[in-house]
Amino acid sequence: MKMQNTMTLPPRRAHKRKINVATVLSVIVLTVFTVFALIPFLFLLISSFKPGSDIVRYGINLQFDPKALTLKNYVLLWTERNGIYLHWFKNSILITLLQTVISVFLSAMVGYGLAMYQFRGRNLIFIIVLAVLVVPLEILILPLYKLTVSLRIINTYAGVILPFAVPAFAVFFFRQYALGLSKDLLDAGRIDGCSEFGIFFKIMMPLMMPAFGAMVILQAMFSWNNFVWPLIVLRSNENLTIPIGLASLITPYGHNYDMLMSGAVMSVIPILIVFLFNQRAFISGLTIGGIKG
Amino acid sequence: MKEVTISKRKKTFNSQKLAPYLFVLPFIIVFLVFFVYPIFSTIVMSMQEIYGFDDVEFIGFENYKRLNNPHYLGALRTSAAYTFWTILVLIPLPVVLAAVLNSKSTPLKNFFKSALFVPALTSVIVAGIFFRYSFGEQETTLVNSIIGFFGLKPFVWLQKSSTAMFALVILCTWRWLGVNIVYFLSGLQNIPPEIYEAADIDGANALDKFFRITVPSLKPVILYVLIISIHGGLAMFAESYAYWQSQTPGGIGMTIVSYIYQTAFNYFQMGLASAVGLTLLVLILVLNVIFLAIFGAFRKESD
Repeated sequence: MKMQNTMTLPPRRAHKRKINVATVLSVIVLTVFTVFALIPFLFLLISSFKPGSDIVRYGINLQFDPKALTLKNYVLLWTERNGIYLHWFKNSILITLLQTVISVFLSAMVGYGLAMYQFRGRNLIFIIVLAVLVVPLEILILPLYKLTVSLRIINTYAGVILPFAVPAFAVFFFRQYALGLSKDLLDAGRIDGCSEFGIFFKIMMPLMMPAFGAMVILQAMFSWNNFVWPLIVLRSNENLTIPIGLASLITPYGHNYDMLMSGAVMSVIPILIVFLFNQRAFISGLTIGGIKG
Repeated sequence: MKEVTISKRKKTFNSQKLAPYLFVLPFIIVFLVFFVYPIFSTIVMSMQEIYGFDDVEFIGFENYKRLNNPHYLGALRTSAAYTFWTILVLIPLPVVLAAVLNSKSTPLKNFFKSALFVPALTSVIVAGIFFRYSFGEQETTLVNSIIGFFGLKPFVWLQKSSTAMFALVILCTWRWLGVNIVYFLSGLQNIPPEIYEAADIDGANALDKFFRITVPSLKPVILYVLIISIHGGLAMFAESYAYWQSQTPGGIGMTIVSYIYQTAFNYFQMGLASAVGLTLLVLILVLNVIFLAIFGAFRKESD
């Protein structure tokens, strides 16, 4: 198989034709997977305009009657059960904002410290960062649950945010980024009489803005969609975030299909808008991990 | 060496010595309180029978002996199968798609790249809502309509373990395909184009180039994706919860973490749940070490 191909070099014309066939083939393959990727959004959107009872009876289905479509679900979404969805929406927004600001800022500090200074224990701390990355948080849900109960932060925003206030992946990301910053700037800042933290805030943070951009977006996406830990910590209905609230609608006791589909669509729209304007930041935040593998 | 230059600047000596520790302090605090302590407490709990908040009895390795039960073994099998299938799909498929997207002649690259990534923006539960009601048992549901088009009878997808696994892997593929494509594309961009040009001159065809240049160059990224897939696969819970919540008839779709959730939060057997969690931790660590050793990552010197 190996030698044969190199020996029988096809004539130039045929070669070119082959490339065109390959191009057509790749477009077909990519189109198939793009349809697979996008069609669920279309179905969710259409289902959100159908009466809720439709979903119970027929599931997500191919029937499409433009005249039967209604905006009713989007009105009910904000009023039903005393506007519970509004609570979820508010909680999701506040937790996303707080968690993103806190965890990005703290992990930038830690990553910067690990990259810029030589100190005893530096390597040990970096190894710990890597080790934490390897341990799935799902293993810790039970002891963490007990701990949040003892600390009296169960069913609060703090309970959702504090245990993951300094995410290892973000520390790793910022460390990698800060390694590329010039250490001469440290000295320059010191000569100008800046304190170490002054150097970080005034000189280094502005230089780290691209890293902040990537991490803010990635962390915000993670917080907005976060499921496992909030499911454990948030115990009362009006304290839930959107994903947990939506999940509570599917339980055998809480069937409420009017809110389900429109609620799901409403939860996707904000993140979709952010993505459309910041695609590069999403990608660069993800790929730093892959580079060092 | 650096120590010397630093200590020269006497004026701010103390602050410079202390500053790095202040910078990393938040991580150390969170690590000790929300990582070391929970791990320690779950180890202790795994050797206890917990009746109430302060009512515990030390029972040694009894909880570990109790793991020899059909629920745990079934959950282990489900998680292992899920990990196996997701790796089988979510490594080769995105590698091929990334190679296609990386080829010069492919049009609309940016559109395809973005479109394929969009599912990653959804929460598990939104994806779960779509797939759960598309895999519904009524003959009108999306999936049953599609198989009906090919003359097949409607199917009860979510109540049989083989088709339930199919539904889980489809959901995972939908959400993660674009992310893995991004990983592999970043790996592909590190391959110098001259190598492909040289291969062209030697008359290599597309398949030769794919298997002899693309795949070997992607080895580190493949290892990375493999490790996060093992990690994510064995610890999978949310996808199963999205389909079946925490209770499933006959343990359909029940994974190791679903079993932890069930024993801890539905049956309040905290000791047993801790033992399950620790076996999962050991399993994941051992597999990581094995794969790193196989791929020879230990030999490479990191900076």
